[in-house]
Amino acid sequence: MSFAKIPKPDELINIEYAPPKTEWRKTPVDFRPGTWSYAAAAKNLMALGMPNPRAWQPSDADWKLPENWKQIILDGMKERLEKYRSFRLFMDICVRCGACADKCHFYIGSGDPKNMPVLRAELIRSVYRRYFTMAGRCFGTLAGARDLTEDVLKEWFYYFYQCTECRRCSVFCPYGIDQAEITMIGRELLNLVGCNINWALEPAANCFRTGNHLGIQPGGMKDMLEFMADDIEDRTGVRVDVPINKKSADILFVTPSADYFADPGTYTCMGYMMLFHEIGLNYTFSTYASEGGNFGLFTSHDMIKRLNAKIYAEAKRLGVKWILGGECGHMWRVIHQYMDTLNGPADFLQEPVSPITGTRFENARSTKMVHIVEFTADLIRNSKLKLDPQRNSHIKLTFHDSCNPARAMGLFEEPRYIIENTCRNFYEMAEDTIREKTFCCGAGAGLGNEENMEMRMRGGMPRAMAVRDVVRKYGVNRLGCICAIDRATLTTLMDYWVPGVSVMGVHELLGNALVMKDEKERMTDLRGEEIGGE
Amino acid sequence: MNLLISVIAILVIALLAIGMAMSQVPAYILTGIIPYAAFAVFFCGFIYRIVQWAKSPVPFRIPTTCGQEKSLPWIQNNPLENPCCKASVIGRMAGEIFLFRSLFRNTNVRIIGGRPVYGSAKWLWFFGLMFHWSLLIIVLRHLRFFTEPIMPFVSGLSALDGFLEIGVPVLYISDAALLAGLTFLFLRRVVLPQVRYISLFIDYFALLLVAGIAVTGLLMRHFFPVDLNAVKTMTLGWVTFAPVSLQNVSLTLYLHLCFVFILIAWLPWSKLMHLGGIFMSPTRNVINNNRSQRHVNPWNAPVKVHTYAEYEDEFRDKMKAAGLPVEKE
Repeated sequence: MSFAKIPKPDELINIEYAPPKTEWRKTPVDFRPGTWSYAAAAKNLMALGMPNPRAWQPSDADWKLPENWKQIILDGMKERLEKYRSFRLFMDICVRCGACADKCHFYIGSGDPKNMPVLRAELIRSVYRRYFTMAGRCFGTLAGARDLTEDVLKEWFYYFYQCTECRRCSVFCPYGIDQAEITMIGRELLNLVGCNINWALEPAANCFRTGNHLGIQPGGMKDMLEFMADDIEDRTGVRVDVPINKKSADILFVTPSADYFADPGTYTCMGYMMLFHEIGLNYTFSTYASEGGNFGLFTSHDMIKRLNAKIYAEAKRLGVKWILGGECGHMWRVIHQYMDTLNGPADFLQEPVSPITGTRFENARSTKMVHIVEFTADLIRNSKLKLDPQRNSHIKLTFHDSCNPARAMGLFEEPRYIIENTCRNFYEMAEDTIREKTFCCGAGAGLGNEENMEMRMRGGMPRAMAVRDVVRKYGVNRLGCICAIDRATLTTLMDYWVPGVSVMGVHELLGNALVMKDEKERMTDLRGEEIGGE
Repeated sequence: MNLLISVIAILVIALLAIGMAMSQVPAYILTGIIPYAAFAVFFCGFIYRIVQWAKSPVPFRIPTTCGQEKSLPWIQNNPLENPCCKASVIGRMAGEIFLFRSLFRNTNVRIIGGRPVYGSAKWLWFFGLMFHWSLLIIVLRHLRFFTEPIMPFVSGLSALDGFLEIGVPVLYISDAALLAGLTFLFLRRVVLPQVRYISLFIDYFALLLVAGIAVTGLLMRHFFPVDLNAVKTMTLGWVTFAPVSLQNVSLTLYLHLCFVFILIAWLPWSKLMHLGGIFMSPTRNVINNNRSQRHVNPWNAPVKVHTYAEYEDEFRDKMKAAGLPVEKE
């Protein structure tokens, strides 16, 4: 990752919150390098059968829109107003109190008023009023309405791809207006005329074809997992199995592919594999459903469904009893709030019961998919694991609540319970920055690319600064999380704002602490770093 | 600019009211016809909007969770911030509607010493809550004009509201609180650059309209007393569908009525409809039981998926080479 092209941290922190002199409708978007993502390549749109594949970039003057683009957008809006109560209601009831304004990490980090969720929503609300309300049709600007023009569309593109759908604003809104919902629908509309970003569409196209967002083919996946098994053997002296596409398995395990592709996610994945080996879980990975993360969430509701369908289909084909899901943020938004509705009912599966403790996961009785931290917390609670927190004594940890498990599930205590049982040095960040008030990594929802680096560092600033506080106060050197995007993007964010802090999943912590049968004396943690050293 | 237009709009309405009061026939329109028209528009509009929202389904259950979910039995869940059953949704909604729970979380942010610092910012919550509660009390107090005899709870409420017994007639606490709330909300909109930047004409207009109602009401109560018996005759006339024309009533009353009718007729078509909308917000009024109870989407549309068979057809040789099991040899 290169920070060469973006301002230094001490320059970037000089944020001006005073709005510009020109009113927002008359302030056009400036596609400044470093603050937007490249357009989706035509091949990815074609792979997914999506409209208007072409070569273009947002910085071009001509976006090569279809001739009737305006009609397509307005028809699309009408359709969605009729399909989503959330959309219609959120278009109507905002009073512009501004409580959401300084809750958005992109606003805090950029000072751009159109990053206040209220104004980001007004970008589309003004068009809604103009074409779908009587007041807007009759009184125009006076009623807060404006015409849909190409400039408005460009503004939508810039700001809807400057929102990570983290839902922090909706925690503070007195009516629960959720900018994520508006962004999702705004992006759907943009997709209708072929305005999308490659970092969201290429992963989606890859997931569709190969099962995972990196486009890893079956053999490659097997090699990577075997390689991790080698590493585990090297560190622990124990050889773990790597079951893939195994038909007699009880449990299908689905995790974000980033967990088996790149550091530091791989250490988390090693943690899972060690855990499953130690408790003798009869599970399997799948190459067809080899991605937990759902990149459809950043494109459209249809795309969520198209990609998510693989998980149940594979569970059915393999004949497993239920599904276990790895540490991932937006993956869990989809599994918790969308999967059963989209692709259920999963009546071919059984109500999840832990084969080790006998615990019934009643909260997952219909969807039949359990979060790994729920599963592991239950194992620890029932004393099924032998843990040695001393092996994490070189780690001074703080924990980042990932947006979606926090604000779309309420998964707060389970990861903390695992942490408390595996690590002695745990320090919480400031109250305004954790749990339901947690700050996004600044690079979720398809924005974690190189070209968008300045905006990522701006959006991630509130999170990074909260980490810096505990670094200064307690000497924290590790940031824990339960999200694969976090593990990739927070690493970059820390390098920029708080050098010296590395990022880990909770199951890496567990892997370090897990005392395995017949293991050799552990000299290093899963990263190969000396235990007890700095 | 938006502020200026709103002030002008309010003045135009006031002039219109004064003009009507000056002559007999339009005055009858204001007291005899417009009340019914305004109420009809309000009533039909309100229902229309609710029905329009209700017609759009809630395809996905998308609560915003602000506390621990109900998962394992030994983990303490937070039913009010993360509803686990109907009762806790009712509790959560009651907190939102009666106490503005979410607004109570409000913070502000400033960059101090090269880092963002979050401060408590409860004033919006405090004055917002005060404004809304006083408005409700004032509306309820006005019921005394619409029933004979006055309902006991209305008299009780008025007595309680005036318990400070300052002045003759006594000053109602709700009146003072409403004015304080309005002043805060208005100044905040005008003074804070960010809020001013997002404010539309209708935002100022709504505040000024309510202020117009409050000020004319207070003027009548404390400075230019009106003949309350005459007023009650008029209001009872509305209720009994036998509207009477008033003789020599004060100009202030006409202004007051004019503002009130505009407010109630405009309400369903404006952002003030948050009054009804808050009950229907899908991030607040659903249970977070997504994984234990299946939520059905009425329009769940079929989509094109990539089946396992298609996948295996493409990768069969590679899977076999890697020693992975396949369905078809």
